[in-house]
Amino acid sequence: MSAQHSKISLMAAILLMNYPLAAQSTTENSNTLMVAIITITLVLLLWAVLSLANNLMKVEAAKNGIDTIKENFSIIPGISDFWTSKKPSYVGDHKFVSLNKGHNILLEGEATGSVEKITVNRFALLPSNFHGISPIPKVEVEVGQNVKAGDIIFYDKKRPEIKYVSPVSGEITAIERGEKRAIASIQILADKKIEYKTVKAPDSDKTSREDLINFMAENGLLPHINQRPFDRVPEPSVIPANIFISTFDTAPLAPDLNVVIEGQQLAFQKGIDVLSKLTDGKVFLGLDARKKQAPHKAFAEAQNVVKTYFAGKHPCGNVGVQIHHTAPIKQGTVVWTVQVQDVVTIGKMFLDGVYDASRIIAVTGAEISNPKYVSTYLGASIDDVLRQQTFSNDNIRIISGDVLSGKLKTMEEFINFNDDQITVVREGNEYELFGWLLPISPRPSVSNTFPNFLYPDHKFEAETNTHGEKRAFVLSGLYEEVLPMDIYPMHLMKSILNKDIEKMEGLGVTELTEEDVALCEFVCVSKTPMQQILREGLELMNEQS
Amino acid sequence: MSLLNFIKKIEPDKKKSPFLHTAFDAFFTFAFTPNSVTKDGVHIRDGMDLKRLMVHVVIAMQLCYVLGTYNIGHQHFLAAGQYTGLFDGFHLKLVFGLIQLLPIFIVTHVVGLGIEFYYAAKKGHAVEEGFLVTGALIPLIMPPDIPLWILSLSIIFAVILGKEAFGGTGMNIWNIALLSRVFVFFAYPLTISGDQCWIAGYDKIVGGAAADYGWWHTGFFNPIFESLGWATFNPAQTVVDGFSGATPLALAYEGGWERVTSIFSESQLLWGTIPGSIGETGKIFIILGALFLVVTKVASWRIMAGMVVGLIATTLMLNAIGSTPFMHVTWTQHLLMGSFLFAMAFMATDPVTASTTNSGKWIYGILIGAIGLIIRVMNPAYPEGWMLAILLINTFAPTIDYFVIESNIKKRLSRA
Repeated sequence: MSAQHSKISLMAAILLMNYPLAAQSTTENSNTLMVAIITITLVLLLWAVLSLANNLMKVEAAKNGIDTIKENFSIIPGISDFWTSKKPSYVGDHKFVSLNKGHNILLEGEATGSVEKITVNRFALLPSNFHGISPIPKVEVEVGQNVKAGDIIFYDKKRPEIKYVSPVSGEITAIERGEKRAIASIQILADKKIEYKTVKAPDSDKTSREDLINFMAENGLLPHINQRPFDRVPEPSVIPANIFISTFDTAPLAPDLNVVIEGQQLAFQKGIDVLSKLTDGKVFLGLDARKKQAPHKAFAEAQNVVKTYFAGKHPCGNVGVQIHHTAPIKQGTVVWTVQVQDVVTIGKMFLDGVYDASRIIAVTGAEISNPKYVSTYLGASIDDVLRQQTFSNDNIRIISGDVLSGKLKTMEEFINFNDDQITVVREGNEYELFGWLLPISPRPSVSNTFPNFLYPDHKFEAETNTHGEKRAFVLSGLYEEVLPMDIYPMHLMKSILNKDIEKMEGLGVTELTEEDVALCEFVCVSKTPMQQILREGLELMNEQS
Repeated sequence: MSLLNFIKKIEPDKKKSPFLHTAFDAFFTFAFTPNSVTKDGVHIRDGMDLKRLMVHVVIAMQLCYVLGTYNIGHQHFLAAGQYTGLFDGFHLKLVFGLIQLLPIFIVTHVVGLGIEFYYAAKKGHAVEEGFLVTGALIPLIMPPDIPLWILSLSIIFAVILGKEAFGGTGMNIWNIALLSRVFVFFAYPLTISGDQCWIAGYDKIVGGAAADYGWWHTGFFNPIFESLGWATFNPAQTVVDGFSGATPLALAYEGGWERVTSIFSESQLLWGTIPGSIGETGKIFIILGALFLVVTKVASWRIMAGMVVGLIATTLMLNAIGSTPFMHVTWTQHLLMGSFLFAMAFMATDPVTASTTNSGKWIYGILIGAIGLIIRVMNPAYPEGWMLAILLINTFAPTIDYFVIESNIKKRLSRA
């Protein structure tokens, strides 16, 4: 029995004790009012005696230095004692945010075990991975040309100072074009041993912000940073209010970043140090407080950052949610968000002078034989990564990213720039008799109309059926249950559909990105494409501003 | 899946007969969940869809249907002073109830779904599931003796003017089921108010009025019952002298809770063996339905709780004033009478017409509870307020939301 429980039981006992006392003190001709007055008087009297004793005890405890942990050192429960605190001990003095809203989608096929080094031959950079880039960027290389890791591949004609560089060394094998001659991918056949272009990195402590950021832009590091709102490659001249890094991912089957960061502590710290020079504000680190053991020491012992621990369900690992609960974006300012592996890449550039885009990818999903972590480089060929896997059947879908906000891919395509996960799920393209009423197979759902809530630990084999058709917005209040932010998703979506810029800004469109509303889209009974609507709203706002 | 292949074969052509195709599509998607898969965006979807949501509301109402059917027959025989025990003449009561209720149910669905299919075909979109709930609600809130043509008119009014004119499911401002009832209430008040309409099967509820049986009773079921050796419908039976078909609320208006309990016992009120609209009398079954909706999270518990809070607060206030006998009725007694619980569980919680923000839902519920009770207690013309209160607050639900949303916007702007 915890201290809180005993305190609460004590209070209950005191209240109950009053009942026989009050009953004894009444005579037969007294009325209810008298009983009530006597009871209240007795409670107040007891309370006064107790709180006096309690205060004396607190004073004594403080005098003797017993109250070291700053806990409620009292026999009377405080308000917070009525709810069991979820704060784990390793959080210490750091800020702790516990979020009740959200939902964990548990799926089969989680990546486990240690990281396996695999051979991937083909890599590609996909210009369409970057929001707002012009469809035909200036490509600096030709087919057949040899490049080193870190050599410039292309740049956006609108912002020529920001370079996009090769993740590996090797030969350019193809420059594929898509619709309207837009460049779809620049493919590279990798060397057996990666050769790096070495540069002399400036000392981050002694260099001005301007020189630092120019160096990063020139060496392909800026695309590793995301500027919010609107999710752009950052504008070098705009100083971000703050920089945010989430060190855990709560999305379905997402990689455990504690595995990913193993052995990279030095580079991660260096990356943070560099980033902290680029902002007027602070670097905020969001840490995982859901588990019994503390996060990896690379995260828990990171310096030069403001740490905030988060506990709760998905999407509490989303950096957008973390921004909302630490230092919300103010109107007219921008913030940067950086993923953990990108911080490492930035750090290595400043430590070793090379562009090291090695990535640990979680290969996940119930349809593959052996879900695991693999080590490769950014933009790896999906075919190569999945070569050792056997699929349970042919009717599958490959997703770069997680099942909520990842992108649909074929075997011939490549992993997206920002993704550290491949998910393989079954295509659900079959009819189901009375499927909406009596589903044959278990399926993930937040609804209590399914018996799911009785089996909170059940892992589902997900498939891609929509489980219903698109409808007008009908049910309200459901989206708020899975979005732990002070935002009204349905009203926001409606304002975007109405193209009401002022209202969508007021309702917080700039605080969101696709992954934040992905869970709302998942639970939507009207099957609304909320991520798509949100992106349209963001692009509309970006045009207007 | 040979059944699937067969159904696919008989699919009508969309261009040649859009109406048939729409109807086919509605029934087909009812039978089979479509094979559509997600595109970009989320790759997996929650198993919940609008059909499942709506059908769970209908499931929650089933106990009301069972009791409602039986109670039609029970009240009918009570008026004649026969089979006064609850389970006496069980088969007669059940059959009588079904003969009253089934035509109401069928007409509701034929008329309502017909309009729905017509508009869906005309606009070229799929039939939305809104009428699934509306169609199940309407029979429950009608008196058992409602003429079918009035019922049809009310549904046409409600669905066309209340829903299709606003753009279909999800766009309406007022609760469709209540609109149909309010239409009957204002256009044909005698069929839905007073003490004549709540007991089926008699021309008039006065002593000596003869039972009004049709061919189904005497020509179809009587021979069957006879051959089984069971009691039969007796066309000669009459309303006993001094019987009144008044509802508890009408009695309460006359003389407060004492007048009510002089006719009905509390357990009768609780179990719903009293005259009233078809589905709203059985309080226990409605509470079970409401619990089902809250546990499955299909309906908002905030609205329900808000309504109870509004009712209790207003009752306490009226108790304090206490100038008429009705004002002395306590809140527990208010809960037992009339259709408060039914309105709370199934009417006010309609997600389309209610407030859509969580704090708005509290305000919305409390306002309905308060205004409905004031209408109930203070309005001499019609002692039941929930229909009018819900429609009134439906109108203001967007305004409530507006202020909630504005405060959210202000909060965000004040950060800068």
